Amino acid sequence: MSEETKHNNQPENTEETNKFPKAHLQKRTVYSPDGEKIEVDPLQDYYLQDRPERRDPRYRAVEKFLNWARSESLWILGFGTGCGSIELPPLTTPRFDAFRFGIAMRPTPRQSNLFIISGYLSIKTLKRAIRSYEQMPDPKYVVALGSCTINGGMYFDSYNTINRLDKYMPVDVYIAGCMPRPEALIAGFNKLKQKIKEGRAEGANEYVQRFDEYKANQKQIIKDWNMPDYNW
Amino acid sequence: MKEILERINQQFNCIGHEFQPENLSWVQVDKKQLVPLLSYLKHTEKFTHFVLLTAVDWIENNEFQLNYLLTNHTLHQDIAIRVMISRDEAEMETAHHLWQQIATYQREIYEMYGIDFPSSPRVHESFLLEGWDGIPPMRREFDTKKYSEETFFPRPRPEGKDPQTHMKQKLYPNEE
Repeated sequence: MSEETKHNNQPENTEETNKFPKAHLQKRTVYSPDGEKIEVDPLQDYYLQDRPERRDPRYRAVEKFLNWARSESLWILGFGTGCGSIELPPLTTPRFDAFRFGIAMRPTPRQSNLFIISGYLSIKTLKRAIRSYEQMPDPKYVVALGSCTINGGMYFDSYNTINRLDKYMPVDVYIAGCMPRPEALIAGFNKLKQKIKEGRAEGANEYVQRFDEYKANQKQIIKDWNMPDYNW
Repeated sequence: MKEILERINQQFNCIGHEFQPENLSWVQVDKKQLVPLLSYLKHTEKFTHFVLLTAVDWIENNEFQLNYLLTNHTLHQDIAIRVMISRDEAEMETAHHLWQQIATYQREIYEMYGIDFPSSPRVHESFLLEGWDGIPPMRREFDTKKYSEETFFPRPRPEGKDPQTHMKQKLYPNEE
């Protein structure tokens, strides 16, 4: 890595990062058992350095085929944020059997393309959810589950849960209910599939287009921003 | 249990005590006598299990109430110790040397109510609320609805039927 990019990776606003100092987030040098010198910068994501880029379809016919293929393999990131995460495990049981729709649960954001925000999001969880969303590979979709993600639900007046998810990340499909049953979830998945096949599920591109707006909204409430700022 | 309370009364000058259910009795003591009383209960009366530490905000009296709940497993008795501290100097002596887990409760109470526990381990580090810089959210002067409306972009109510009048007209027309 060149000197210039290294310099750019430092968070611009040093006052803000020093406001809540944490020892484990500081840049430091460690030594391996063999005596090898390793420089560690926890606020740097070595796999995600650049500002996200817009992905444009090249050929319409190919894109149509790809959209069909994408709609048939929705891999869920297994990140349960609220009480709705208890509705996800029954989907993989024989009774509801989400595998017949090509839906599988994955343990890591780098292997999945569907993020289900299952219920309320506290500010702390939102920080992790944004990090996970940004790490997911590109055509990626977000399904918002339950009324908490729509207007705050029963936490509408809480001091630490957000009211509207679509201010912080683009949402493709909302599934209303408190909590929605697994049948409602499957109906929502079918709606998402239809949307993908029609080529209207462009959440990732929307995130790129309105990136500064989303970041401003996120940083407005996440005051302890100890995440990598990548290169932007 | 009454004997224990009499013994406590002799030594610690309680402000008052009451029995709630059979197994729980409340004792109110002065702020300075709390830690000696906890130590006495733990070592002499064998209330060895520390259950919880909570706080209540009595904004009308300008006071915080701290509740320490202890259990004696041989007698099957609980004792709750109530301490009133002033809101203006919200500070309390730490008791983490008696039970280590009190330090965690004290961190939480410092963050949620702003009651300081000097010399408690890591008490000033952020714990539940990452990077909170306003007034502590569980204090009663903190208006959580106003804060939520200012911060979290409340979604406006959709146009159309107002659910209250609709229910009154359609579902319960004969009721007041």
